[in-house]
Amino acid sequence: MSESLVDRKLPPVTEIGAAAMVAVAAGVIFNAAYLPKHAPTSVAIAILIVAAALEATNLFLVSRIRDFAWDRFKQVAGWFLVAYAVIAGMIEYAFIYDDTRGMQLVILTLMLLLFMLNVPVLAAFTVARYERV
Amino acid sequence: MTTLAADAPVAAPFEIVPRKALPIVALVLLGVVVAIARDARWGLVFCHVVGGGLWTAIDLFVGFIVGPILRGMSIPARIEFTKRLMPKMLVLMPTIVTMTLAAGFQLARQDGFLDTSNPRHAWVVTSFLVVGVMAVVALAYLGPANVAVLFELRKPQPDPRVVQKLMQRFVYTAGITGVMQVATLVIMTRLVS
Repeated sequence: MSESLVDRKLPPVTEIGAAAMVAVAAGVIFNAAYLPKHAPTSVAIAILIVAAALEATNLFLVSRIRDFAWDRFKQVAGWFLVAYAVIAGMIEYAFIYDDTRGMQLVILTLMLLLFMLNVPVLAAFTVARYERV
Repeated sequence: MTTLAADAPVAAPFEIVPRKALPIVALVLLGVVVAIARDARWGLVFCHVVGGGLWTAIDLFVGFIVGPILRGMSIPARIEFTKRLMPKMLVLMPTIVTMTLAAGFQLARQDGFLDTSNPRHAWVVTSFLVVGVMAVVALAYLGPANVAVLFELRKPQPDPRVVQKLMQRFVYTAGITGVMQVATLVIMTRLVS
């Protein structure tokens, strides 16, 4: 009987991904709270950088895992990316429809992009970690 | 050999994402886009109230009624129930949430609640925070666990420890989701009073 995959030690991808999600949510709420006026750009950019750094760390950590079910990871991530591209597209449409413009639109779009990329990584990692290679 | 094969649990094939439901999802999302594009007040109210009602009711019902019942069932019964419920939830909940939030944001804009000078602006920002907490819980923990459980149950011999570990996420977060949903009810009724 092989060892359960529950006991496998892996980097804290879910926790870091959740922290990135908190940063993205905080950034979007911070910006949305000021609508239709513009939120202070420096704070929004700082939150954006934190979220991007967390997601980059996650991608780096995932890429270094040995004996990982990459086929399953890519399969799940791909389909989640399609689904969340639709959701992110709808949100972006609402931003543009509501006359969000300039730097605020750029920041919100980048946050939306981070959100769109983060969810597939979290789902794909959670599935692939319990797949035998 | 025959005995072993007969004793081994045989996983019946099932769809992780029920494809038959996807046209309905597309139709609902299209309806939301049309309601936003046309600034259709009734359409937006319909999407927000129906979606919000379903979201809150399903969250509370599954978390506090179905969850405890499920925990009291035998393992095979739990597996059978999960295989039927989870794929539907995987399609249903993101659709309902997108419909509710997209329509709600437009209603808040129409009613001027997004304006920082509006006396009810703080309630809207509070609702953003509540949604933020629920989004983190749902997207970082529950959604991935839901999909991973379904992949595990599709294996010829699912590992009960994996399923149990993933299902624990639902138990641990039920309280947070419950509090957030009750907060949503308070905020939304306060906003329209």
